[in-house]
Amino acid sequence: MIWTALTALLSHWRSNRLQFFAMVAGLALATALWSGVQAINAEARASYDAAAATLGEGQFDQLLPRSGDRIDQSTYIALRRAGWQVSPVLEGRLSTEDGRVRLVGLDPLTAPGTIAPVGMQEAANLDDFLTRGVLFAAPDVAEALAAAVPQRVITDTSVAPGVALTDIGVAQTLLDAEAKFSRLIIAPAQPMGLSDLAEVAPNLVRQPAQDAGAGRLTDSFHLNLTAFGLLSFAVGIFIVHGTISLAFEQRRSMVRTIRALGVPLKVLIGLMISELILFALVAGGIGVALGYVIAAVLLPNVAATLQGLYGASVAGTLQLRPEWWLSGLAIAVLGTGFAASGALWKIAQMPLLASARPRAWAVASGETARRLGVVAALLFATGIALAIWGQGLTLAFALLACLLIGAALILPLLLRSAVTLADRKVRSAMWQWFWADTRQQVPGMSLALMALLLATAANVGVSTMVSSFRVTFVDFLDQRLAPELFVRIENPDQSADIEVILLSEAREVLPLLSVETDISAVPTELFGVRVGPTYRENWLFLDDDGGVWDRVEAGRAVVVSEQLARRAGLWIGDPVTIAPALILPIAAIVADYGNPLGQAIISEPLFRDLYPDTVPTSFGIRTDDPSALRLALTEKHGLPESGITDQSRIKAFSLGVFERTFTVTGALNVLTLAVAAFAILMSLLTLASIRVPQLAPAWALGLTRRRLGQLELLRAVVLAMVTTVLAIPLGLMLAWVLLSYVNVEAFGWKLPLYLFPGHYALLTLFALLAAALAALWPALRLARTPPSALLKVFANDR
Amino acid sequence: MIVRVLVILFWLPLQAAAQGFAGLGTDAEGFAVPTPDPVFDFPEDHGAHPDYRIEWWYLTANLTGPDGTAYGVQWTLFRSALAPETREGWSDPQVWFAHAAVTTPEQHFITERVARGGVGQAGVSVQPFEAWIDDWQMAGPSLDNLTLTARGGDFAYDLSLKANGPLVFHGDNGFSVKSVQGQASYYYSQPFYEVAGTLTLPQGDIPVTGTAWMDREWSSQPLAETQSGWDWFSLSFDTGDKLMGFLLREDDGASFSSATWIAADGTTTAYRNGAFAAQPRVWSEVAGREVPTEWVVQLPDKGIDVTVAALNPNAWMALSIPYWEGPVTVNGSHGGRGYLEMTGYE
Amino acid sequence: MVLTVQNVTKSFPGAEGDVPVLRGVSLSLDRGETLALTGESGSGKSTLLHLIGGLDRVDSGSITVGGREITTMNDADRAALRRSDVGVIFQQFNLIPSLTVEANIAFQARLAGAFDADHAVRLSKALGLSEHLTKYPEALSGGQQQRVAIARTLTARPKLVLADEPTGNLDEATASEVLGQMLRLVRETGAALLMVTHSSSVARRMERHVHLSQGHVV
Repeated sequence: MIWTALTALLSHWRSNRLQFFAMVAGLALATALWSGVQAINAEARASYDAAAATLGEGQFDQLLPRSGDRIDQSTYIALRRAGWQVSPVLEGRLSTEDGRVRLVGLDPLTAPGTIAPVGMQEAANLDDFLTRGVLFAAPDVAEALAAAVPQRVITDTSVAPGVALTDIGVAQTLLDAEAKFSRLIIAPAQPMGLSDLAEVAPNLVRQPAQDAGAGRLTDSFHLNLTAFGLLSFAVGIFIVHGTISLAFEQRRSMVRTIRALGVPLKVLIGLMISELILFALVAGGIGVALGYVIAAVLLPNVAATLQGLYGASVAGTLQLRPEWWLSGLAIAVLGTGFAASGALWKIAQMPLLASARPRAWAVASGETARRLGVVAALLFATGIALAIWGQGLTLAFALLACLLIGAALILPLLLRSAVTLADRKVRSAMWQWFWADTRQQVPGMSLALMALLLATAANVGVSTMVSSFRVTFVDFLDQRLAPELFVRIENPDQSADIEVILLSEAREVLPLLSVETDISAVPTELFGVRVGPTYRENWLFLDDDGGVWDRVEAGRAVVVSEQLARRAGLWIGDPVTIAPALILPIAAIVADYGNPLGQAIISEPLFRDLYPDTVPTSFGIRTDDPSALRLALTEKHGLPESGITDQSRIKAFSLGVFERTFTVTGALNVLTLAVAAFAILMSLLTLASIRVPQLAPAWALGLTRRRLGQLELLRAVVLAMVTTVLAIPLGLMLAWVLLSYVNVEAFGWKLPLYLFPGHYALLTLFALLAAALAALWPALRLARTPPSALLKVFANDR
Repeated sequence: MIVRVLVILFWLPLQAAAQGFAGLGTDAEGFAVPTPDPVFDFPEDHGAHPDYRIEWWYLTANLTGPDGTAYGVQWTLFRSALAPETREGWSDPQVWFAHAAVTTPEQHFITERVARGGVGQAGVSVQPFEAWIDDWQMAGPSLDNLTLTARGGDFAYDLSLKANGPLVFHGDNGFSVKSVQGQASYYYSQPFYEVAGTLTLPQGDIPVTGTAWMDREWSSQPLAETQSGWDWFSLSFDTGDKLMGFLLREDDGASFSSATWIAADGTTTAYRNGAFAAQPRVWSEVAGREVPTEWVVQLPDKGIDVTVAALNPNAWMALSIPYWEGPVTVNGSHGGRGYLEMTGYE
Repeated sequence: MVLTVQNVTKSFPGAEGDVPVLRGVSLSLDRGETLALTGESGSGKSTLLHLIGGLDRVDSGSITVGGREITTMNDADRAALRRSDVGVIFQQFNLIPSLTVEANIAFQARLAGAFDADHAVRLSKALGLSEHLTKYPEALSGGQQQRVAIARTLTARPKLVLADEPTGNLDEATASEVLGQMLRLVRETGAALLMVTHSSSVARRMERHVHLSQGHVV
């Protein structure tokens, strides 16, 4: 019996191959979107970790020479023999025919983590690296280097431009620095009971690991993707729901017949569940594979993004991680189960003798829409309560969920209201029929339109967030990384001399004077700045009352960071006690993303009066040619290589991150809309099968089939239009929650929200296009319905 | 104690796969190969033999705290040559690495070090004797009188060792055969150390006393390709007699065994393949794999039929080369204690 | 008795409370008998048929099929009864559109685990369906579809055949022909037949005739 019944159930798919394809494709698409995003996320996280490990520099505490720029090898051995887990690095410049190469020597045996060049994992062998000498060079310098050194040179794209990596011993030989190092990296894990560094190596100073602020940005990027994953999942569930409903709707009469012929309901339901699980697994499998392809296509961007951030990264290979393909399958099965539960429940409730013909949709819809509206209102209320009283990232996401689900649920009511409104405005009979018929269609298309709503809102929200982030971040970078080079000195005694040298070489020198102090009981870094074009041109304020830099320069005002202002409860114009005898008004508030300390900025002369013993140990330098200046400083003036940071490069990398983030979010935008369009197509096909009886009277009363088709298309576009128009404020609310709540909970600072009307217009256009494309085929089918099919309606009418 | 050879041979291909070590086959290309009837020259032979591919100074100690708690200590310095020579400075092809462990009935502390020869970070000198890597060392006026130190993130030890018996040579006067195909190593031991010192554990300093056993072994091509792992036993019986025995497991389930009976006065009896037998009795899940942590060990010729049980079954050495190594207790025809090392349980 | 119906009542919820449809109906049917159930629209004849087929539940009274009381059976048992002992032929032909004619004919017998291929072939031939076996139902005319439904029911060798206006959707000539074939085959298989019809000409071709009016047998 079971086999016979199953054969009958499955035979439906054989004679409805298109529908079968639609269901499997729908499920697969939803799974693909989900698992693609998961894959990108998992892979991006993994690359991030690997990149962080590969990075080495800045990730670990380091030991630098107190004076000069070299460390004796004997000091290193003394440290090792004292138990200190340190690893040597030697840096220097090597002349080749095409210019100079920055050579970095390291010891792979003692280096913490996987600091060694990436390429060594594949191409070369450690034996060679250790004993014979191999150089891993960036592509731009590899050829010239090969001609200049006797060692083998291997081109490695993961090495930063202009740089070559080699073994510490080879570097010593090539750089003519026998038994010398530039610095020592301190491993994070050290043995117990170590003697004091000052005792073992009094000539070295420890420089703490530098917090690459980029880490926060990367985190934000991941959060971004996570939010997208959540939304794409929601969209996916809607489409699965659509396809499953279609399949069940069309098999109602078969189910009735099979039951009448003596198959118990429980057996039938059991069979249908098994069937669904089977399809879910197959479609889920296809979806995971598809997601892999999506991720593989998008992944070079993700990998490149992280690579750009750190100048080094693991290869952008994609691994089939069990956590995401399993989660993909689970999502397919759970989503199917969730989507099918309603349809199965209906089948279970369906009286054996009920008309097998799908019932007119509009009968219960008004009531249903109102009920959903009440649930939505409850969700909104919960969301508002969460926004006001809630705290923590989980609740922030709960707020997001309330907002999204609430918006989706209230959609049918809003659509009905909109259609009713339009209905009242029209006079012609045809349009009256059109609106009445549209209203009747709303419940059937609701799920698809909800999917479209969420997809569009997600796109609006996430792109608003990313764009806002980018605008803010670009401003921030322009402001903080304006000096092209950054020079740090270890010996304060040299400060004045270095400043003279720098002034002789650079366009503008910005000494960095700072002390840590408490202002209004908030731990704060107080800066003394040399007000000049850099500050005047590059700094943007969150709020100011005019003439900021003139007043700061004259020692009559102070600029404070948002963190300080908020924590101390101060704003523009409020007086601040900078030092016991110095009270200045706040002239401007400046954003300082990700800094746990407050910031206050006064003029250099004022600072030097307050703290005459503090001399600048860091200088920002403005120049038009950073690499030439860098060369001049190291070659002509003997400044240590490790003391000069090329900020223009950091800036370029960071900006690159956002360009690539855009590429990824853009691609995901298109995919989400594609899935939503698919959902619309499925709904229209579902409706088409039951639409004929509703359309036949209109046809009989004189509307041509062509006209009916046009009206079908128009209806889909109108409904999509209303949905999209609703989606934009929802998307903006989404972005607002992401920026004002999620970001605050995750990272502790709020991002300003910028609006991008052009972008939204484009998105709306895309959404309408997607809806129109989805509706095109059903409309064409309708226009070509043979009159006999329409006539049958009257023949069969009981 | 071929065992330890295997460690290296295991380690190197592993590293080759993981990091790009290559060119280290299982042949002895360019390296010296052990030959029968060795004549040792001490103290020079306590030092390094750079023309052989692999070598170690391997010390295990069974110790007791003031409250009678049993402890195990391991200190091993490995030398692995990338080429059969030494060079000054960083280009020296001699790579050194070391493992240290303290095992209590409940806990197992481990750590490791890696260094290059040629720059003074690790090495062995013979007069006075010093084997060192970073701050770890085994040093003293002679091999009979040593201090032993090592430390990791959460443990350290400082022990003094005094030998009260002679060196013991395994196999044929120190030529120890490892397979039926004839692979071999030079292998001798000092199993007669008396130990006193201090263990530093998270719970505090613990004064300990006990005994220790040092293995010295070097070779270039010690294992057959079909051998997949080994089980190595060093047992000290209450009678004062000692037994070193190992099984080399073949891929097909067979094994190659070898053993040395060391009488209390230091006289030895060497046993060829088959005389020594060891059968797993209890398997434990350790670090996600099944490892035999209780054995039945037999040497019928000396009336040995004992159960050897791990003091702490979780003595897994989760290091660059993972293996199991820990103290054991002996019961049955003879009582006693010792050390067990097992590799190849993946 | 293949079928006994005693004092069966049934009402349906309506706008102004429950509307009684059957008010105590009794009848019985023996092996090989054919009975026409007639009555005007709303007289409850289809309802009675559904109750006998176990497709719906009685409010009170008793129905036995093949000696077994079906009013106290659970869903699964009633389904089993429909599979093996009762065949239902509807006005709509209720074929499975995605199965071939041949598969449709075999369907109920296969569900009951009692498929006899020779029997199916004989029935197909007798109903003139032999050349349509590989077609799908949509390719057949109404009369042919109803013949398939009849073949499907009889292939399973039910003790009792229930037919609800089986020729209601067919033109007169076809209806008459289909009815004739059906009656002949039912007699051959020895099943009892209970047919709901509003046509007196159809009713006349049955051995017995029961008329329902206002929920009573008259």
